Amino acid sequence: MAEITLKSLAHSYLATPASPEDYAIREMNHVWHQGGAYALLGPSGCGKSTLLNIISGLLEPSSGDVLFDGERVNSLPPEARNIAQVFQFPVIYDTMTVYDNLAFPLRNVKTPEARVRERVMEVADVLELTGQLRRKAKNLTADEKQKVSMGRGLVRDDVSAILFDEPLTVIDPQLKWKLRRKLKEIHQRFNLTMVYVTHDQLEASTFADKIAVMYEGQVVQFGTPRELFERPNHTFVGYFIGSPGMNFLEVSTRDDRVMAGETPIAVGPRLREAVAGARSRNVKLGIRPEFIEVSGEPVEGGMEAVVEHAQDLGTYSILYLRLGEYAVKARIEEDQEPPEGRAYLRFPDNHVGLYVDEYRVETNHE
Amino acid sequence: MSLILENIDRVVGGATHIEGVQLELKPGSFNVLLGRTLSGKTTLMRLMAGLDAPTRGRVLMDGEDVTGRSVRQRNVSMVYQQFINYPGLSVYDNIASPLKLAKVERREIDRRVREIAEMLHIEHLLARLPLELSGGQQQRTAMGRALVKDADVVLFDEPLVNLDYKLREEFREELRAVFSERNCIAVYATTEPAEALALGGNTAVLHEGRLLQYGRTEDVYHRPRDILTAEMFSEPPINIVRGIISGSEVTFDKRLHFPLNDELRSLPPGEYRFGVRASHLSLTPRAKDDIEVKMTVDLAEISGSETFLHVHNDLFNMTVHLEGVHEFAVDAPVTLYFPTHKVYAFDRQGAVVHIPTHLGGI
Amino acid sequence: MNKVYNNRAWWLILPMLLLVAFSAIIPLMTVVNYSVQDVFDANTRFFTGTEWFREMLNDPALHAALLRQFAFSLTVLAIEVPLGIGIALIMPKKGWQASAVLILVTMPLLIPWNVVGSIWQIFTRGDIGLMGWSLRELGYGYNITASPVDAWATIILMDVWHWTPLIALLCYSGLRSIPDAYYQAARIDRASKWSVFRYIQLPKLTNVLVIGVLLRFMHSFMIYAEPFVLTGGGPGNSTTFLSQSLTTMAIGQQDLGPSAAFSLIYFLIILLVSWVFYTAIMNMQKDHKNEEA
Repeated sequence: MAEITLKSLAHSYLATPASPEDYAIREMNHVWHQGGAYALLGPSGCGKSTLLNIISGLLEPSSGDVLFDGERVNSLPPEARNIAQVFQFPVIYDTMTVYDNLAFPLRNVKTPEARVRERVMEVADVLELTGQLRRKAKNLTADEKQKVSMGRGLVRDDVSAILFDEPLTVIDPQLKWKLRRKLKEIHQRFNLTMVYVTHDQLEASTFADKIAVMYEGQVVQFGTPRELFERPNHTFVGYFIGSPGMNFLEVSTRDDRVMAGETPIAVGPRLREAVAGARSRNVKLGIRPEFIEVSGEPVEGGMEAVVEHAQDLGTYSILYLRLGEYAVKARIEEDQEPPEGRAYLRFPDNHVGLYVDEYRVETNHE
Repeated sequence: MSLILENIDRVVGGATHIEGVQLELKPGSFNVLLGRTLSGKTTLMRLMAGLDAPTRGRVLMDGEDVTGRSVRQRNVSMVYQQFINYPGLSVYDNIASPLKLAKVERREIDRRVREIAEMLHIEHLLARLPLELSGGQQQRTAMGRALVKDADVVLFDEPLVNLDYKLREEFREELRAVFSERNCIAVYATTEPAEALALGGNTAVLHEGRLLQYGRTEDVYHRPRDILTAEMFSEPPINIVRGIISGSEVTFDKRLHFPLNDELRSLPPGEYRFGVRASHLSLTPRAKDDIEVKMTVDLAEISGSETFLHVHNDLFNMTVHLEGVHEFAVDAPVTLYFPTHKVYAFDRQGAVVHIPTHLGGI
Repeated sequence: MNKVYNNRAWWLILPMLLLVAFSAIIPLMTVVNYSVQDVFDANTRFFTGTEWFREMLNDPALHAALLRQFAFSLTVLAIEVPLGIGIALIMPKKGWQASAVLILVTMPLLIPWNVVGSIWQIFTRGDIGLMGWSLRELGYGYNITASPVDAWATIILMDVWHWTPLIALLCYSGLRSIPDAYYQAARIDRASKWSVFRYIQLPKLTNVLVIGVLLRFMHSFMIYAEPFVLTGGGPGNSTTFLSQSLTTMAIGQQDLGPSAAFSLIYFLIILLVSWVFYTAIMNMQKDHKNEEA
């Protein structure tokens, strides 16, 4: 069993870090609960690999604590922590058979052969490797190899968390979804904490119940895929999740109106008050392309925008619009004819987020 | 500048890599070569570049036969999957290198390098060395080198595969903008249907060395000529169901019957394969003639703003493309609505015989 | 499939064929020519058939040399391979220490064969040589010109000193190419140091070891300059190896026919042993497909 707690954790690769930029991980607190399926999502260089190495024990954090079930494990090496890891490129013991590969972690701690056999057969069954047990591991395909490396973590009774580091990178695109399904099955069947590190939103959202989005060494949001999509907590999440990402307009109030530069933005009174009350100059409104209501004709409360380009993406189209000095993207469905020349936009209040200093501020307009 | 491939074959050591490709690329056009790995995309590009010569057929540039002419005598440039730059030269010198080789005057070089760098948003990085840059910036540098010399043909061989999806999104938009102002022929190879759609322009679908269809990207997507094109140009994959049309009804897999509607009435009785796009399936009824099918969830793949739902029952496996984020437990039951007025029909040879009316019909 | 057949490509390998002919086939054929004749002078020669071959194969002196040769080659391989792997394993992996150790280890490889012999000849001298003098001071009656054991031990020591670095360097580069993930996975699997060596490092070293063992075998089987300088093949014949017997016969005694036959036998032995080594090692790596069925 493992609940992994990160307490005031920070890490810098420099001996004497001076500014926040010197930290690969900025001070953070985080809890991965026992039995959860989690993802750690972020672009390259956001610190997710550093965090993974700290959890697995390959790296000791410069400050703060890593707790496994409340016990401080900062300086424990990987072998002393009850975790397993699946790497980007399959790691298998070439000269051994699949059976011996799976048995290896058990034999290393002198498990009786009968017990080894029982566990290996069980795990091979789950992973659909039973037919391959007598083959040499190096002759397997990439997805089978990856299953073997996962299996070595699953055979151990004492493993309570499995860390995945971009495990599907080398898998054939047509096979990926099958392996994704296998991962979910395994999570449901074994009561394990799983943390999946990736830069790909599809990998993260498909696998995880909850995703931690990392940006510049910090977790900027920890939420379900749905929350990340509908209520991004930080402008980075809005930008990074979804294709295309969220539209952001820098706004201020003038004469009791919300203005994006010289363009008035039609929003409800609560949102207007919140913009007016913000104590920062960095105030943005965010709305996803999916939620903008687009019309070819002038509509009540519609803001006039210039249609620059419509891109047919097969199932839907993306409209590239210009609203005052801001570029805005809106999504329209296949059955709607894309407007030409001018379009009229409405931002439904319940889908507009207010961001002050890049973080979302709730306005309770529902 | 136009580029014509005339009935091209390319055979290497007895293996046919390209067979009977007939393709005409218009001046100033943006063209996507779409196909799986080993479908012949790279081979075709090498033929266009003059890196290889065709075994049979001719290559015409502006009407002139350039079949045997080497790459050095053609004005082409190429961008690869790997970020290929001169590691010892600064970004500036990397971009300037083709112009220096062409002995362009110094001031002119400077002007053009800065112009290209600005267009690719790397003007602040000109003094750096490629290895000090991120992957995206390295690829921008490589693109700068390809674009600076005003080549007649610019070839991109899956240039974005090694970048993460946000960078890819940005690149595609920029590429579209860059090429809309240029008069050269751009050819862009990719394995991803979504990328072809995002880039727009024209698309040539390749499969096993043969050209399946070439035309405006939306047209090829919405109006595939045959089942193979439909399968190659769909992500998630188009759902294919075998079926029979008899007097008054359609039968899927011998088990699921529904009455013929106006859409399919014109088809003569017989065996067909029916195709329905993942995005046309739905979990809520959208039209009166939708058929209701009970299915079980295999997996919900969620891509930030979209959900690809893999489902099955004892008759078929299907993939449904839903807008927004929807979470489903593995093995959960769902009811699927199958839109009988949005199906493609293919005859036994695989040729398309019916296209949904809302996409223009056939 | 419309295959196009033509044979023009053969012209492309013609230059290579000519080159090989001049560098290998023609000299070899000359040797074959001599091996079946008895040559007295430029104009007087007799065809002898397989006589020289039979004579050589039955020559007890050569049998002894061949046995010594095998004993020597196998001994140095048995010492150098494990020792080389061992050195590679303890060599530092990064920083200035890595470069320093790398240079130090490479040093013996840069010294020409006959110079190695000379160095050791001086090194082992009882009056001025560091090793010879020290051993004597310690009370051991060390003398390579009188004791075959001392001569053998010294030649083996010299070869080990000279050539272990080659194995060490090959293994070092092999070890460097193992991704870190393997070591991390092994730690997580709680593998012992021995298991890491046995199941990760050794399998990944197989390829470089094949090259190393083959090179070292061929080299040691043809060893000439070092013992020639150090012991001159003595005391008695105790350190006379094949190549030295051959040289004595061909140049010293001008027995061209027998020595040509001997050369060919020598060549075939090397070819055969190398082939056996190669197939044996390659077979170790194969998956036993039949087991699956």
